[in-house]
Amino acid sequence: MLALEIKDLVVEVDGRRVLDELNLEVPRGELHVLFGPNGSGKTSLILTVLGFPQYKVLRGQIILNGEDITSLPVNERVKRGIGVLFQNPPQIRGVRLGDVLKKLAKDETPIEIARRVNFPAFYLDRELNCGFSGGEIKRCELMQLMAQKPSFLLLDEPDSGVDVENLERVGSIINELAMGRSGILITHLGYILRYVEAHKAHVILKGKIACSGRPIEILDHILKEGYWWCDKCKEMRGD
Amino acid sequence: MTNARRCGVTKLSKMQEEEIRDRALKALDKKADYGPDVDLSAFVRGAGDLEVKGLEDLPSDVREQAVTVGVKLDMKERAGTYFQLDHSVIFSGVSKYFDGGVELISTIEAKRKYDWLNKYFWKVVPVDADKYTAFAALEWDHGYFLRVAARKKVTVPLQSCLYIHRNKLDQNVHNIILMEPGSEAQIITGCVVHPNVSKALHVGITEIYLMRGAKLTFTMIHNWAEGIDVRPRTGIMLEEGATFISNYINLKPVGSVQTYPAAHCNGENSTAIFNSLIYGNRRSVIDVGGKIILDGRGSRGEVKSRVIATGNAEVYSRGLLVGKQEKTRGHLECRGLLLSDQAFIHAIPELRGEASGTELSHEAAVGKIAEEAIYYLMARGFSEEEAVSMIVRGFLDTRIFGLPEPLQKEVDHAIDIVLSSSL
Repeated sequence: MLALEIKDLVVEVDGRRVLDELNLEVPRGELHVLFGPNGSGKTSLILTVLGFPQYKVLRGQIILNGEDITSLPVNERVKRGIGVLFQNPPQIRGVRLGDVLKKLAKDETPIEIARRVNFPAFYLDRELNCGFSGGEIKRCELMQLMAQKPSFLLLDEPDSGVDVENLERVGSIINELAMGRSGILITHLGYILRYVEAHKAHVILKGKIACSGRPIEILDHILKEGYWWCDKCKEMRGD
Repeated sequence: MTNARRCGVTKLSKMQEEEIRDRALKALDKKADYGPDVDLSAFVRGAGDLEVKGLEDLPSDVREQAVTVGVKLDMKERAGTYFQLDHSVIFSGVSKYFDGGVELISTIEAKRKYDWLNKYFWKVVPVDADKYTAFAALEWDHGYFLRVAARKKVTVPLQSCLYIHRNKLDQNVHNIILMEPGSEAQIITGCVVHPNVSKALHVGITEIYLMRGAKLTFTMIHNWAEGIDVRPRTGIMLEEGATFISNYINLKPVGSVQTYPAAHCNGENSTAIFNSLIYGNRRSVIDVGGKIILDGRGSRGEVKSRVIATGNAEVYSRGLLVGKQEKTRGHLECRGLLLSDQAFIHAIPELRGEASGTELSHEAAVGKIAEEAIYYLMARGFSEEEAVSMIVRGFLDTRIFGLPEPLQKEVDHAIDIVLSSSL
């Protein structure tokens, strides 16, 4: 059974093609990693799955747990189980982290959630994404996911801007969160993979999946040869 | 006081009164510097049909509305209450616990009672400032006199409610607050109008005197209606070490409100703070701000506003800091959120430095809700309406004002009631 199935997805933003006949399957219970150089379409894929309106789907389908969600609004997709960690979440003045968690969490208090990510309680009084360090922002995002309990995770660079000490903590929270769930994780440099167990990896180039394989092997290739290695791949050449 | 001295005072006050009357008459046609001009002849004066003998006599609809502006008619958790309906004082009194240290009565009664009170009339608000001050001097309908005795700390809020019940009424109140040395108090004023009133004018003169080391938190919740014109005229005088905090909240549609209160920090190390939360709605014209004149060495001023404009509202958010002495500091901060293309927010922060050792600064930002903020919250599962409502409610966050906790909860509650019907 597939958690997420993406078929022939063609997407434009302001008339510029960002995803080009992209196909992807994530079976239930699996966490897949997306690699790719800057501008290859990683974040575009996540925001299209999420349903942000500036990402115009020209063709193709997004199927979540067997249901076509391609034309649903953002919040309806979220209700059906999608949860996202943004790479650069916006600052929202006046809206407090604790208040958002209170609205989202069903069986936990904001203080309990804060404790699980090792946040002092007074941080809950802070405005969303205001005054936090890079690692703290990621933990804020993770806290909201912990409260939401989504069935499908979209994690956009949870390791960017996080220092070494906090990377392990972020990784262990993601592991805990991903337990029994499915999802996609974007990482630019792969640091988080030291701490997070992923089932499969894909390389995205020019808006399509260039190749897929075991996460460690693919990361190894990328680190040794860069993304040029993918150009040699037969899928990219269309052989 | 001897009879001779009393006579002297009376003679002096008569002269003063004539002079005030004279100046008022000359200013009756003087338009205000800001805000739409209101035709004073379009209103009626005198009592309406409603006869009320006390708070318990108030009709249920009046009682319900009073609650929306933070007025507690059971007077629990209140140190004192002043309730004025149209031109009549329905109730004024202080809880027994504060008897002797606090006085809250009608200003007309206070003027009869105390000859010396004359020297506090029209001193920090000039009678000839404009036609509204002039009108209020010539046609005076009570208002409250609050006096807090030296070193008395009134830890529970006092409250006043100014209510307009009669259609087309003109209500001119004149409030005087005397905070004696070292005293402390908080007062919440709620202004509200009956739903059947489609047109009315409220002119509120408030003169506040904070003596050495006194502290006053002055919270005003305006809950008027379309067709109501409101012209508060407020002046505050601060002696050494005194602190004045004004919290102004206006969330309901109104015809027009124009007010530009001025705090004179004359005393060394005195502090004045003006906070305002404004939700400009429908065709409201709201022109509000705060002036602080830092005339005492080491005095401090802060003007902070959060303005939302929607519908066809026109909102002007003004601020003026004048640094006249060494070691004075002041900051202006205005944030505006536009929710409609037909509305506007005009922020006018002004700084005037007149002494080399003054430090004045300002920041102002006006814009729409960032789309990414809405989508961010939608990505947490909130609908677009819920996301906008959270952002708007968050924007009107009272926590930035540092109110005492019980007061903040009450103000929050009042905001929630108003916003739930507005959004």
